[in-house]
Amino acid sequence: MAIPATAPARTGLIEVSDFNLAYDTLDGAVIAVSDADLVVNPGEFVSIIGPSGCGKSTLLNAVAGFLKPTSGIVTVDKEPVKGPSADRGMVFQQYSLFPWKTVRENVEFGLKMRGMGKSERAVAARTLLGLAGLSAFEDHYPDRLSGGMKQRVGIVRALATGPKVLLLDEPFGALDAQTRVIMQQILTNLWQRLGISVLFVTHDIDEAIFLSDRIYVMTARPGTIKAEVTVPLPRPRDAALQLSPEFVQLRADLGALIREESLKAMGGELNEDALKGLAVNLNGANLAEVV
Amino acid sequence: MNSIAMKPAAKSAPIAAPFHLAGDGGVHRPVAPGHIVLRPERDALAAVAAPDRSFTGRARRWLKLNAHTIRAMLLGALAIGLFILAWHVVTVNRMTFYVRFLNVPSPEQVLESARTAFSTGAFLNHIYISCRRIFIGFALAAVVAVPLGLLMGRFQLLKEFVFPVSEVLRPIPAIAWVPMSIMLWPTNEESIVFITFLGSFFPILLNTLHGMANVDEVLVRAARCLGATERATFREVYFPAVLPQVFTGLTVGMGVAWVSLIAAEMISGQFGIGYFTWEAYSLVQYPDIALGMITIGVLGLASSFLIRIAGRAVTPWSRAK
Repeated sequence: MAIPATAPARTGLIEVSDFNLAYDTLDGAVIAVSDADLVVNPGEFVSIIGPSGCGKSTLLNAVAGFLKPTSGIVTVDKEPVKGPSADRGMVFQQYSLFPWKTVRENVEFGLKMRGMGKSERAVAARTLLGLAGLSAFEDHYPDRLSGGMKQRVGIVRALATGPKVLLLDEPFGALDAQTRVIMQQILTNLWQRLGISVLFVTHDIDEAIFLSDRIYVMTARPGTIKAEVTVPLPRPRDAALQLSPEFVQLRADLGALIREESLKAMGGELNEDALKGLAVNLNGANLAEVV
Repeated sequence: MNSIAMKPAAKSAPIAAPFHLAGDGGVHRPVAPGHIVLRPERDALAAVAAPDRSFTGRARRWLKLNAHTIRAMLLGALAIGLFILAWHVVTVNRMTFYVRFLNVPSPEQVLESARTAFSTGAFLNHIYISCRRIFIGFALAAVVAVPLGLLMGRFQLLKEFVFPVSEVLRPIPAIAWVPMSIMLWPTNEESIVFITFLGSFFPILLNTLHGMANVDEVLVRAARCLGATERATFREVYFPAVLPQVFTGLTVGMGVAWVSLIAAEMISGQFGIGYFTWEAYSLVQYPDIALGMITIGVLGLASSFLIRIAGRAVTPWSRAK
């Protein structure tokens, strides 16, 4: 079995420092991410939140090895990241299951790439699917599954090779609110069992607080780290925690931070004053008539 | 807090709002703000009538579920029947209204000539030779164009190098290659196969390229961070991802292969169904013209059908859900 039942893992230290990413256009270089740094300690659950387009996925993709920073250092366990590898499991928002492989073949993929034998990896995949409650669907093709099921397969597939870190790029963004809450619970349980380091990108503040040990808040583009918060909530956490005063306070604080950046990200002269101005008093008239 | 009336099933739910069970039906009573009124539980399965499992019951449901397909088949048969009837009427009466059916053979005459043709080996030999040319030309085109398309899709440099040549040659119809082909190849047989090859080559190549351009980059990333090498990514992601598009190319390519083959056979053949059809005209065997045409149609249909079957067999994930 690739996954140990308990967590001796003191590996999975992610360090990003002085991270800059720019790309060239005719009008000169455009800076996407500027001077970002972050750390994920072994076994820690860390989220990055920020407005859309701020470069949070860029940071995650750099840790995964899909892109190289213009300048700066990305290391995992002090080893520079040179390209994608099975050491860093990744879960995508669009599930990205292979449509031509059954659920079980999808989960087996990483093991197959590692050269594990057919029967051996089938056993491993069945065990993992059993843990995820997906045994009944092992021979289905992914397009027969619901979004929540697809993403459970996506997570199990990423964990099957026993990676040091798990990277998740808005993994629950496409799910409905109820399914999302259940998936968050499943992910927390898995993470606690495996003791693996997690870097989680989201724009959902509640999700970030509920899941994380620590949260990085990013600014609007050019993105950089604006704030870092240690979540003071005890574990194990359950849904009722979302009503606790600490949770409510943290959500309000983070909400204010992000709102500021989101307004910037939306561009133009949009700010708090402009927003108030949008509340046109129509007096019952049609908006088209007023304009 | 108001009185709480919870139904048994909801006992474990820690809900703070006052609960009531909806009672006497008929009149809708407004629900007090902040209260939750539970409806009595219903057995959803009981609402569906038990299915009739007898033979007639199953047969009736089968008819109902397949009504659309049955209708389409009946309509299709009716249309073909009407077509043959109209053909019969215009030819038997030797009608002329600008278009002249004076010398056009009637369905009966064609049927008669088919009987004669199939009773001798010569006609079957024409069919065999055409099929062999199609098979060789088409198979060669697939074997060259699919890998070339895959590589061109993967390696931009190769694409930039090969694509302009392909774009210049592509608009030249296969028939225009006939004289050149006769000069190029030592035997007539080879030149006809070459023309068939050319006809199917470009549709297959272009569709494969198009499929490669549409491979979901996220799937490639997913494979890479599961430890897939370049080769494994090619085999496990790019190849299956383009397969449906490759089969579109093969289907189109097969159609063009027949067009090219028949043209080549009519011009330079000594055998083959295209040669048979053209020869029938020269020898004033008019029913054989129609026989040749119908045979070409049936062979073309059958070969497209075979490719569709093969396509479905190798892409089981894209089968109807």
